[in-house]
Amino acid sequence: MVQAIDMALARAMADDPNVILLGEDIGVDGGVFRATDGLLKRFGPERVLDTPLAEAGIVGAAIGLAAQGFRPVVEIQFTGFIYPAIDQLANHAARLRNRTRGRLTCPLVVRSPCGGGIRAVEHHSESPEAMFAHIPGLRTVIPSSPRRAYGLLLAAIRDPDPVVFLEPTRLYRAMKEEVVDDGQALPLDRCFVLGEGQDITIIAWGGMVAEALAAAARLAKRGVGAEVIDVATLKSLDADTILRSVEKTGRCVIVHEAPLTAGYGGEIAARIAEDALTSLLAPIERIAGSDTIMPLPRLEQAYLPDADGIVAAAERALAYK
Amino acid sequence: MTVKFEIDFLRCLDCDGEIVGPLPAAAEDPQFAIRLYRALIRARSFDAKAIALQRTGRLGTYASALGQESVSLGAASAMASEDVLVPSFREHPAQLWRGVSLLELFLYWGGDERGSDFAGPRQDFPNSVPVGSHAPHAVGVALAFKLRRQPRVAVCIFGDGATSKGDVAEALNLAGVWRAPVVFVINNNQWAISIPVARQTAAETLAQKAVAAGIPGRQVDGNDVLAVHAAVAHAVARARSGQGPSLIEAITYRLSDHTTSDDASRYRDDAAVTPHWAEEPALRLRKYLVARGAWGKHEEEQLLAETQLEIDRAADAYLATPAQPVESIFDYLSAELPADLARQRAAALGK
Repeated sequence: MVQAIDMALARAMADDPNVILLGEDIGVDGGVFRATDGLLKRFGPERVLDTPLAEAGIVGAAIGLAAQGFRPVVEIQFTGFIYPAIDQLANHAARLRNRTRGRLTCPLVVRSPCGGGIRAVEHHSESPEAMFAHIPGLRTVIPSSPRRAYGLLLAAIRDPDPVVFLEPTRLYRAMKEEVVDDGQALPLDRCFVLGEGQDITIIAWGGMVAEALAAAARLAKRGVGAEVIDVATLKSLDADTILRSVEKTGRCVIVHEAPLTAGYGGEIAARIAEDALTSLLAPIERIAGSDTIMPLPRLEQAYLPDADGIVAAAERALAYK
Repeated sequence: MTVKFEIDFLRCLDCDGEIVGPLPAAAEDPQFAIRLYRALIRARSFDAKAIALQRTGRLGTYASALGQESVSLGAASAMASEDVLVPSFREHPAQLWRGVSLLELFLYWGGDERGSDFAGPRQDFPNSVPVGSHAPHAVGVALAFKLRRQPRVAVCIFGDGATSKGDVAEALNLAGVWRAPVVFVINNNQWAISIPVARQTAAETLAQKAVAAGIPGRQVDGNDVLAVHAAVAHAVARARSGQGPSLIEAITYRLSDHTTSDDASRYRDDAAVTPHWAEEPALRLRKYLVARGAWGKHEEEQLLAETQLEIDRAADAYLATPAQPVESIFDYLSAELPADLARQRAAALGK
């Protein structure tokens, strides 16, 4: 997936001279995950800017660039380091168009690796997507495959408003998929239905989509048809796709890696309860990280939701009478 | 390694309007100081009207610039129209100088987003309320100018309190690394709500924050609008010619409360404020003009009458402006309204 991101960045930069990259170690080093590998050489130091170590300053400067018509794409090295920049995102990037009645705009993308599963050190494995989804004026996108990473990142860069683009680190190298560099963006604000199923809906995003698909494959062997939905864009939420699926299946499991309480799964569960309650044949199941600090790598697997947990939740929902 | 530095202090006019330092080139035109004086009185009259409207429940919380208009005007008057101002929330004298209208200012402080949709300086940033958080924006704007080879400059104004914030430290550092054409002006009015500068920092000057960023820093008498103009004009010329950023600390004094929601008597003796009235910027500029025969009682009365009329008209126009329609809450959030929000918009409209 990391190559798909690199490819999307290169494509966006080739298509639009206003697209510039800023971040720590993204130039000479090509990014700590190599998501910007080769881009400095190809596009030069005025379009790939290695910055000082200053997350708030980088995002703040990117807001100034965006207001002047650039389309900056910022890399924050890990989401654990993004918090100083949340002030810039929430108080400025997300509000600039609204507070100037459209006079100044902020076509900015902040990319940041997120989530666990790669045995990283402290502060390198968090899943703070719900925080961003709660900020009005920000889009929050999390791809779950190389193709969707390519298409969604192109869409995010072309979007005239700010987007937080969270990249699950566990997918950077785990997933191999042929990606055609055709410049085709995928729609934002749209969920992706991965495989049709009549019996239960499994809703996930980012790194949890692969676990959901693995769970669906196991359920299929038992004759259970699970429909997996990759939410992909948490904000704005394509609730219709989720509701249509749940109305069909009557049962659902919502999966996320982030802590359970006030997690984005709660929002999806609420939408289902509000608009599809009479279709439900069983209580909504949520499988999520516990409300704890993300453990260090030795206990990481004990924290992360997996296919086993999803299958168990699905079985509970299916058994409910 | 020993690093040594000096912070110079620039002043053109003393409190009696006597020339005590070299005047800026612009002051060779006698009309220039008159324009500054007129702008100062206009800003101050707006200030008085805004407070009167707030006190009578017709304007929101308002941050007065009383006594420190000179910092704002000195900076704005040193800019070209194509430059970009990135201000904090107490710089309406600069905004007025750059063509923001009185009506827009009343709308903004009256709680209407249209007040930040400036018809004049279209690229200027709106007020930044989170203190110091706008300093990096100015660096980004300046970097945009540099990358596009445009001979333009960003001017960022923030207060003494802002210099304690990481955003400002990061902005100064980024500007230095990128040699960005940006001028940072500290409006040091010596009070961050209730905290005096002495409790804001152990540094002897705020200007020396520039030293750590590797950029020039100097102090200027902030109540001397000609001195502020001279210092900012020099820094702007430097930035425009590719020599990078500067920091200017303009020392003034906040004669007013922090805002109309504040009561400064809780933390500051009125007696301590009194001597600062003798140093305020309008007084010395008027003395300077009067001594040169460029200003007199007649001009003063005419200016006050004209200004009052203009401001009353703008206030009436503001009071007669209906609130925006409810859908405007949604319609400027993003270029296209996502389906999810379209439903919320319809619900808000009772549809």
